[in-house]
Amino acid sequence: MRTLHKAPDKPDSVSEPPPAKAAPLPQKPDGFRSIFADVAFRSLVTGCAICVVAIVGLIVFELISASGPALHKFGFKFLVESVWNPVTNEFGALPVIYGTIVSSILALLLAVPLSLGTALFITELCPRRLRTVLSTCVEMLAAIPSVIYGLWGIFVLVPWLRDHVAPLLKKYLGWTGFFEGTMYGVSMLAAGIILAIMILPIVASITREVIIAVPHPQREAALALGATRWEMLRVAVLRNARTGIFGAVILGLGRALGETMAVTMVIGNTAKISRSLFAPGYTLASVIANEFSEAVGPIHTAALVELGLVLFVVSMLVNALAQLLVWSVTRGMPARNVA
Amino acid sequence: MPNSSTQNIQWRRRFVNGLAVAALTLAALIVLVPLFAIIGTVIAKGAAGLNASFFTQLPKPVGEAGGGMANAIAGSILILGIASMIGVPLGVGSGIFLAEYGRNMAGNIVRFTSDVLNGIPSIVIGITAFALVVLKTGHYSALAAGVALGIMMVPTICRTTEEVLLMVPQSIREAALGLGIPQWRTTLSVVVRTATSGIVTSVMLAFARVAGETAPLLFTTLGNDYWNWKLSEPTAAMPLQIFKYAGSPYEDWIQKAWTGSLVLIALIIGAVILVRFATNRGVLKGAR
Repeated sequence: MRTLHKAPDKPDSVSEPPPAKAAPLPQKPDGFRSIFADVAFRSLVTGCAICVVAIVGLIVFELISASGPALHKFGFKFLVESVWNPVTNEFGALPVIYGTIVSSILALLLAVPLSLGTALFITELCPRRLRTVLSTCVEMLAAIPSVIYGLWGIFVLVPWLRDHVAPLLKKYLGWTGFFEGTMYGVSMLAAGIILAIMILPIVASITREVIIAVPHPQREAALALGATRWEMLRVAVLRNARTGIFGAVILGLGRALGETMAVTMVIGNTAKISRSLFAPGYTLASVIANEFSEAVGPIHTAALVELGLVLFVVSMLVNALAQLLVWSVTRGMPARNVA
Repeated sequence: MPNSSTQNIQWRRRFVNGLAVAALTLAALIVLVPLFAIIGTVIAKGAAGLNASFFTQLPKPVGEAGGGMANAIAGSILILGIASMIGVPLGVGSGIFLAEYGRNMAGNIVRFTSDVLNGIPSIVIGITAFALVVLKTGHYSALAAGVALGIMMVPTICRTTEEVLLMVPQSIREAALGLGIPQWRTTLSVVVRTATSGIVTSVMLAFARVAGETAPLLFTTLGNDYWNWKLSEPTAAMPLQIFKYAGSPYEDWIQKAWTGSLVLIALIIGAVILVRFATNRGVLKGAR
């Protein structure tokens, strides 16, 4: 409160003609106090920032220390061993890693074309009035909790896939080997589709940001040369934004890898590698979700934490890569407003 | 001959253009399908079980009719309260640091770490909270869940706060400093005050993000069929209850899962719409 005294003080000294009076001695104790307050405030917010870094450090530390027993016992074999059986204390992460990768790639294959199309439509084609409505709708998709996607997946998507989509896929694409065997509903395919819906909004909104960052004259130049709308998009927009779009895709991949609840509810939770997408699978996150709170023995817990560590490392690498790519297009941090 | 071939190319270009425009429009339409399908189903199935006892009663055992999710709603509020108490000060504080003192290497490190934190899967944060709180205290507890969700709130609040603080014009800062106001006061009473609506937005967005989180709750709060207000005891939470009921074979429980989803979605989407409305009206139009 004391420092408030200064506020009415200074304007007086400024309005007076001789500027030499501006910094008189009597201000010293007050000035000292305000310097002290400045330092205190600065250390406070710096402390908060250090906390953010410390939290990430703590996460790494806890993951490594808690997975210690499994790291010691299995070493690198953990990643390539293909039997996951808590009862016999055999822990190989391969089928789980396979399931994570396949479901995420499937999600990307479905989500990327759709979100790219949506982003282009919203930024370039859509009437201005519709723009906000559409982008709000897409963002709304991101606001729906994962567990509700799972609920919808179990009771709507899975039966629909089993009864209507699976027979068609089997009939026309059965020869590829990806759609073989009996479809019980819960499957890799269902997980991929749910994941695709869940990563759509993030990929679409970042792609949109990147597309907006492409300078307008590029578009005008292409149109002036007689390009059609699509040619303009292809030559002027997509070509300039491709690095950022790639970043958005990778960011979507990061989300898909770590998504837990919805996947757990529709993937079938079976640690087996099978080529057919109709077969059930397992992902890193869903193994942890299913087994962690009822883990049998310390090795089981440690193995689960190690899966978490693998998940952490992979998603950190993926996110860092994506961040770099997006930054290289939108130029990183928000520009300071120079008025 | 050349005339007809140019015409041919013209025709092809126009055709491809039409095809592409149609495909883009179709993509946008397809994206809307799951949104309406999910929200439609949740409303249709959830509304059937919406009654007063859902909000006031404890869950009943299988076979008994009635009952509700009152304890889960209360538990969610408790857990989200703890999460906000951890996440909001840390997020806003580090956001202020980034905007006011963070134009340097240290700032870049914090910025990068915060983005990393944003990308860490929620289940991994759940494991950390388990190791930090549950193992140390020996209890599954609301506190552990609050810590996990609080950590998840930090990066969203931090980066959005930075963004809105940077939107406050530099000249306002200079004017305040020119009046002889110390820097900390300039930041708090002038810069942060100007950007308040944006900061509130960031908090609401973070809140909406963690309100539906289930994965980190699985082995931090564990769930509870009875009332609990103690921080050190297992507590029920809405997403967790929905997950439990969704996997059950009982008609009545599945109905409860749908109704719970409806209430949860209404809460979250309500918050998001409120935020959109506020930011579209407010001074800080560009803030997300």
